Order: sequence, then C-alpha cells, then structure tokens
Amino acid sequence: MNAASSGPRALTLRILRSSPTEGIAPHWQDFHVEEAEGMTLFIALNEVRETLDPALQFDFVCRAGICGSCGMLINGKPGLACRSLTRDLGALITLAPLPVFELIGDLSVNTGKWMRGTAERLETWIHSSQEVDLTAVETPMEPELAEAIYELDRCIECGCCVAGCGTLRMREEFVGAIGLNKIARFRLDPRDERSDDDFYQLIGDDTGVFGCMSLLACHDVCPKGLPLQTQIAFLRRKMAASGA
Amino acid sequence: MRIIYTDVLVVGGGLAGLRAAVGARRRGHDVIILSLVPPKRSHSAAAQGGMQASLGNTVKGEGDNEDVHFEDTVRGSDWGCDQDVARLFVHTAPQAVRELAAWGVPWNRIKAGDREVIMDGKRVTLTEGQAAHGLIAARDFGGTKKWRTCYVSDGTGHAMLYAVSDQAVAESIPVHERMEAVALIHEGGRCHGAVVRNLVTGELTAYVAKATCIATGGFGRIYRVTSNAVINEGIGAAIALETGAACLGNMEAVQFHPTTIFPAGILVTEGCRGDGGLLKDAAGHRFMPDYEPEKKELASRDVVSRRMEEHIRAGHGVKSRFGEHLWLDITLLGAAHIDGKLREVKEICQHFLGIDPSRDLIPVRPAQHYSMGGIRTDARGHARGLKGLFACGEAACWDLHGFNRLGGNSVAETVVAGMLVGENMADFVESAAGELRVSTALVRACLDAEQAKLDTLLHGNGTESGAELMRRMQDIMTDKVGIFRTGELLHAAVEELQGLLLRSRRIGLRTRRPGGNPELVTAYRVQKMLKLALCVAYGALQRTESRGAHFREDYPRRDDASWLKRTLATWQDDFQTLPTLAYEALDVASMELPPGWRGYGARNAIEHPATAGRAAEIDAIRSAFGHADRFTVQQALMPFDHLIPARFRGRNARPGETS
Ligand SMILES: Cc1cc2nc3c(=O)[nH]c(=O)nc-3n(C[C@H](O)[C@H](O)[C@H](O)COP(=O)(O)OP(=O)(O)OC[C@H]3O[C@@H](n4cnc5c(N)ncnc54)[C@H](O)[C@@H]3O)c2cc1C
Ligand code: SF4
Ligand code: SF4
Ligand code: FES
Repeated sequence: MNAASSGPRALTLRILRSSPTEGIAPHWQDFHVEEAEGMTLFIALNEVRETLDPALQFDFVCRAGICGSCGMLINGKPGLACRSLTRDLGALITLAPLPVFELIGDLSVNTGKWMRGTAERLETWIHSSQEVDLTAVETPMEPELAEAIYELDRCIECGCCVAGCGTLRMREEFVGAIGLNKIARFRLDPRDERSDDDFYQLIGDDTGVFGCMSLLACHDVCPKGLPLQTQIAFLRRKMAASGA
Repeated sequence: MRIIYTDVLVVGGGLAGLRAAVGARRRGHDVIILSLVPPKRSHSAAAQGGMQASLGNTVKGEGDNEDVHFEDTVRGSDWGCDQDVARLFVHTAPQAVRELAAWGVPWNRIKAGDREVIMDGKRVTLTEGQAAHGLIAARDFGGTKKWRTCYVSDGTGHAMLYAVSDQAVAESIPVHERMEAVALIHEGGRCHGAVVRNLVTGELTAYVAKATCIATGGFGRIYRVTSNAVINEGIGAAIALETGAACLGNMEAVQFHPTTIFPAGILVTEGCRGDGGLLKDAAGHRFMPDYEPEKKELASRDVVSRRMEEHIRAGHGVKSRFGEHLWLDITLLGAAHIDGKLREVKEICQHFLGIDPSRDLIPVRPAQHYSMGGIRTDARGHARGLKGLFACGEAACWDLHGFNRLGGNSVAETVVAGMLVGENMADFVESAAGELRVSTALVRACLDAEQAKLDTLLHGNGTESGAELMRRMQDIMTDKVGIFRTGELLHAAVEELQGLLLRSRRIGLRTRRPGGNPELVTAYRVQKMLKLALCVAYGALQRTESRGAHFREDYPRRDDASWLKRTLATWQDDFQTLPTLAYEALDVASMELPPGWRGYGARNAIEHPATAGRAAEIDAIRSAFGHADRFTVQQALMPFDHLIPARFRGRNARPGETS
C-alpha cells in the first residue's frame, strides 16, 4: 500500500455525460474526489453520486469483477471499473461509456440487448436430440475436456472486447470476439451435436470469423484473460476447411 | 394505461427465476421474466464454491445419498427448516445437477487414480476408482458428512447461470430487462401480477398474470458490510410484505459468511477451506481446532463466524487501519491448485488486495451473506396468504435452511425450487383457480397508487435524503443486528429504524426527472428496505433464544420448548412502523429427524416436550422395518412423494448403489 507521506491525492474524474431520453448531448464534466486507501472506481463513482450528483448513471452489480456489468472506457481503454484501483491510475481519470452498444445515459449502456441478440443469432445453447434421463448416472466426460470448456465458458459478457474491436465499429453485424469465442466453446463441447457445417452457417462469412482483422485488441482488453487470439485463429482454420 | 398480459410472470432472472420460467414454458404457457439487470448479471453468477447434490461419485462421497444430505441439512438449519421441504430438495438435487450437465455446465470431473489433497493441514493421497472416471466430482464443504459439493472450478454460479439463461433464450422466453416490480396487484387474497417501473424511462406498466413468481434473491444490502451484490435490496420480498396478505418467514435468520476479504466484504469461497485452507490469527496460530475439535474450519458457517468474532474479541485479531481481521491461509494448497480450482479467488486477491494467495495470507472477516428468511411459501412454493403468488430461491422462505444454510445448498435450492415451482405454477394455471379474473379498475387503481407515490417523491416538499437514510440503516444493521445480538442492542436498533422509517416518508429529491434517476430509485427502495430491516431487527428482538445464525448473548441456548417455531411477519397498514409478528409452530411429532445436537457448536438446547416421544416412535418404526430398504423406512417415517411433481419422482441412480 502507498506510503501516504504527502496526504491523499485529489482525483479528477472526467466523465462523458449524456441522456438520450432527455435529449442531453454528450459532454464532459469534471468531478473531484479525494483518494482513499484501496479506492476502486466503484467506490469513487458512488462517492460522486452520493455527494456531488445523485443523477449520475452507471452500472455495477457484483462490484467484484465477476458479473461484467461495469465495462467502460477508462482513460480510453475498455475495462471493468469495479476492479480498477485508482492508485493504478493518474490523478486525472477519464471515463466514457462503451461504444458500439446502445447508450442508456452517462456510463450506462445496453449490453443486455446486444448479448441477447448474439445468443439468439448464434444459438448459444447445447443442441441435443437426446432425451436425458435425469435419474440415470451422467455421461462421463474427460476431466481435461471439462476444464477446457470452462476455460472458454468464463466469458462474462462484459463487452470490453466488443468495444475494443475495430471491425465492429465499421460493421455492425460482426459477431465480435465474444461471439467467436462462444462458437469455439460449443464446438468443443461433445454434448452439442452441431457439426462444423452448422457452425459455418453461423460464422462462415465476413460478419463472422472472416470479418475479423486479427489486430487482437479484443485479446488485450479481455478482463478474464480468455484465449481469444488462439481461439479465433483456430476457428478460422476450421471454418476455412469447412467452407472449402 | 399500459397493460401486458401473460400466463406466468416471473420476477427475477437469477437461477431460481430462470429455471422456474423454463419449466412453465415447457408446459406450454406464456412466460415473461422481469429483471433489474440482464439476467446473466444476476447475483447467482457470484456463487463460487459449488452446488450440493448426493451423487456419491467421488471416493470421499462414497455412501452418500439423500438420507445423509437430509440429515446434514436439518442439522445445519439447527432444526429450523421444514423437513418435508428438505426431503423434496435432497431428492431432486441430483436430478438438477444432471440436468445442468446436459445443458452444458462443465462440472469438474473425476480423474481415476491417485491424487494429493490437503486435509486438516496435512497432505493425503486419495485414490479414485476406474469406474468413477469422468463422472461429476465433488469437494468438501462445511457442515457436511460427505464430499458432496459439485463445482466448476470456483465459477460454479457463473457456469450454471449461463447455461440456464441460455436455455431460457432457447425457449424464446422474453426477459424484460431493467424493469423493476414495485408493487403487486392483488385483491381478496388473489395476486394478479405486478406494477413494474422501467428503470430507463421511469414509465409504469401493469403486468397482469395468472401466476406470479417472485425470485428476486436476497436482501443483504440492508447491511453495510455484505458479500451481496449492490442490487440485492430485497424489493421483491418487500412488495410481498406490502400486500398485507402475504408474509415473510424467519427474517431474523441472517447468515454471516466467515471469509469475506477485509474490508471490502467481497467473498472468497468456502471451497478455500473445503480444499484445505486454514484460519489463522495475529500470531499465525490455527485457532479453529481449539474451539471446534471435531469439524474445525469446516463447522457450519454460523459456528465458524461466531468463533472468529469470539477470537477477535479475545484479542487475537490482526490490527489494521480499517479495524481488526483474521487470516485465511491457502498457501499450503499450492499454486497449481489455486490456478485451477480457485482462480476467481486468485483474481479477487490480485485486483482488490494486490496479493498472491499462493504466497500471501488473505485478510478476512465475517460479513452478511445470505437471507434465510423471505416470502413464506408452502412446500409447493405457493405463497401463504396470497393465491397465485409463488416464490422461489433466496427470496423465498420455502424453508429449506431454517436458521442456517449450508454452503452449496443455495444454488442447489435455486434450481431445484425452480424445477418444482415451474411445474406447480403450470398446474395452477391449468386449474380452475388459475383462471384470470381481474378488473381493469383494479389494475388502474394499482397503477395510479404507485404513480402517486413516485410523484410525491418527485414533486413533494420533503427534505430528507434517501442516501443518508440508507447509510444509517446499513450502519444500524451491521452494528446492532449482526453476529452477536443482545436485547439492548436490538431494542436500540428497532427504535432507530422506526425513526428512519418515519423520516423516509419525507424524502425530497434534488433530481426531479422521472426516468434514469438513481436518486429516485434510492428513495423508493429505502422506504421498502426499512420495512425489511424492521422485520429482521424486531423478529430478532422477540426471539429470546439462540438458533443457527441467530445468536443472542443474553439467551445463548437453543430453546426448543418455547421457540421451535417460525416467525411470520406481516405489514397490513402502510402507517404501521413495526411488522405484526405471528408464529408457526414446527410439528415435532411428524419430524423424520427430531431435534438434537448438531455435531458441532454448543450442546445446551432446551428440549421440546414432544422430542423424546417422537424419538422413541422413530426407533420403534426403524426396528419394525428392520430389514426393509432405506426408501421404505423413510416412507414410514415421513412420506413426501405426494409433494413431488410426477416427472421428478424417479429414484436417483448412483454408481455404487444398487437399489
Ligand atoms: C458472493 C456469493 C457467493 C455465493 N456462493 C455460493 C455457493 O458457492 N454455493 C451456493 O449454494 N450458494 C452460494 N451463494 C448464494 C447463492 O448464490 C444465492 O443465494 C443464489 O444464487 C440466489 O439466486 P436467486 O435466483 O434466488 O437470486 P439472484 O441470483 O440474486 O437473482 C435475483 C434476480 O431478481 C431480479 N430482481 C430483484 N428485484 C427485482 C424487482 N423488484 N423487479 C424485477 N426483478 C428483480 C434481479 O435482477 C435478478 O435477476 C453465494 C452468494 C454470494 C453473495
Ligand atoms: S481480432 Fe477480430 S474480434 Fe478481435 S478486435 Fe480484432 S477484429 Fe475484433
Ligand atoms: S470475451 Fe472477454 S472481453 Fe469479451 S465479453 Fe467475454 S469476458 Fe468480456
Ligand atoms: S460490477 Fe460486476 S464486474 Fe464490475
């Protein structure tokens, strides 16, 4: 922890304010708070709301870095606000809502709508024709395979990769790294009966895996450290083979 | 007037609500889910450690079955639970895990052969048989006789929630997000749906339904220090209370989790101790064996939390600028285990404490964690006092947990209750009682009443600050209605909370816009949350005994003779400042497991007069059925099959068990 010899820092939170429902156009507004030990952006933003502007909009749920609600641009880079410690940032911190998603107001965006759309479009559930007998002993699975599936299942739908993606800013229908990762997840899962041809139907064009420019901004910003780079490359090879 | 009609309205998009919705949808009914946030953000996602179900796959789970799980749950509850419900639950839990497996949850699986684990601070080798290879694994958790907690690393709730949420998408169930139920529509003891506020635009809509299900989770945020998400404010329970017809059960039964990181209150899973982690004090001494020689770190949560606070009081806490804490030591588990099975814990330690738990000790202290109390229902999840209203998950007092919930029994409850309540709601909707008979005049009156309340807040001349009342309430609850309770403290808490409730009727706002206004949201929620806080504090004041998580220093014994009963709180008149309390006796004569010692914690209960008689009766039944199988004996002791929907009645197969 900091040796606070010179007293606590004065922080400036420069926040991009707006309210589409009330026709308030985006503009920057500065708020000043005194830094406290162990302060996160969750704590700082709540302090602003409690003491300076009770109308400030933002989304936090778990405040523990696991639910994916609090993605925003922190000094221009997508990240989870709740687990960003102010001590790792300068005294001037700019905060803006994630781009690509529909803006609700201030730092709040509608990731839910986007994610539901992705789930419907990519059918992100196990496709199985088998009727499962719930009282029977479950079908075995290799322990390593279960762990590999979980590795890809850890996506928290925070939208950071979406906000960081160059392709998505130009091509709205692009499924993004998150969508490609989901396909990789279900493709790996033996309980899902879909074949590569089925997956090709979903992502075998330039709104899918062939639209990706592989600049990998997504990989660098994913707060869960998902292996997006290897998964995208792998899928591209598989889909190229499937389409050939 | 905006009205939306549906067969089934599910308020809450966490595990319980989603699973109930899928069940009712598959029976062919129209279902709409409401949620404050996108469903995958619900707090179910935060469950780390796992889900209990007696699969008995692992070598340390051998011999496990419904009976063992049942006994652990009843003992854990300190005999406060409803034993019928506990039976229903332990019977259905294995089916729930297997259903989730089919839906894609990547449960950790057993690897045949030798493996090193840490038990009681020592390295031990376990050997899993070939036949178990690839089956669902389980870890140890507090208060259980067997290793029964199925898990997905320490992201169990996340994996479960995503699987169930995606099933809801597969069933094309609409989820109306950022929508908050602010009142129930009801008349003459029948619920007809809810008045719902759009959190973005501020608009009110009436959702009219044949069956309404509240699955809004816990209310931890009435406390200042809690592991709960910021949206766990209990509004679902509060609107049921405000009907004056439905009631809340055992609100004073609040669980404190031993290990939340200090001072942020973020949880690190019980799996840390289940996997071999130890609790240590300022001197680096492992103190739990001194207090609980038998179960040590793995006694039930209420016991461990109390022992920790006791140890701090005795002067053994670690002093820091934020106050005192203890240490959780998982360094002995090794980096490989932590990287694989405790990765969320690792991330939390990194991001919030700047430490590496494979090398450093984790500063922890107990914090509010779980609400055993909630909307009182019958074993079918139907709310007492209000037909057509159902409740499941943490929002409900179905009463699986009594006065203390076992770790891993909650996410299990959410899906199990969701499975059962989904069917039960479908049955109700298909019955004559489920017919929709509601006048638009009633709907309009409900909408108008809610709009008037919001208008008073927005345009009235109140001067109180909602945020300040909230802060004060949270302080009172944490300081005076915590782990150690006394008549004096509780009395002061009740007085102060009543004062806050009166003040909350005069809240004024700085921001007067109707939509997207967090200040307004705080204002109307704190009015409701204060009522919940009063149910907790007043219920705790009246209960002059100690049971499970409810511990009275001035009444340290469990008193079955006077208190083997459930508190029921109602709030008939909005101008009351205290809930009306009534009590529902638990029937010892029909219990499968009559009250006794839990096997950990204090051993000083005051016996219920019927206990000895029932115990003798049970012995007689057991000897009369000497050679019968366990199912037959169980049936003779406490039949419960009639409460299970037909499709879930089958017997659970286990690898080692021939039945
Ligand atoms: C940090 C943490 C870790 C845990 N770990 C475990 C564990 O390892 N094992 C275990 O068994 N249990 C665990 N628990 C407990 C368990 O996670 C919860 O009890 C359970 O997930 C609750 O699920 P639910 O569906 O009842 O509610 P939630 O998941 O809380 O969902 C509530 C839903 O209701 C909605 N809602 C709330 N109010 C309204 C309203 N007024 N109008 C509309 N919608 C509303 C919310 O948007 C949300 O969708 C843990 C709890 C915490 C806090
Ligand atoms: S690598 Fe592909 S998905 Fe990732 S940011 Fe670049 S274009 Fe987007
Ligand atoms: S892939 Fe990573 S960055 Fe993208 S939504 Fe998932 S967790 Fe967030
Ligand atoms: S609030 Fe849940 S990830 Fe930040």
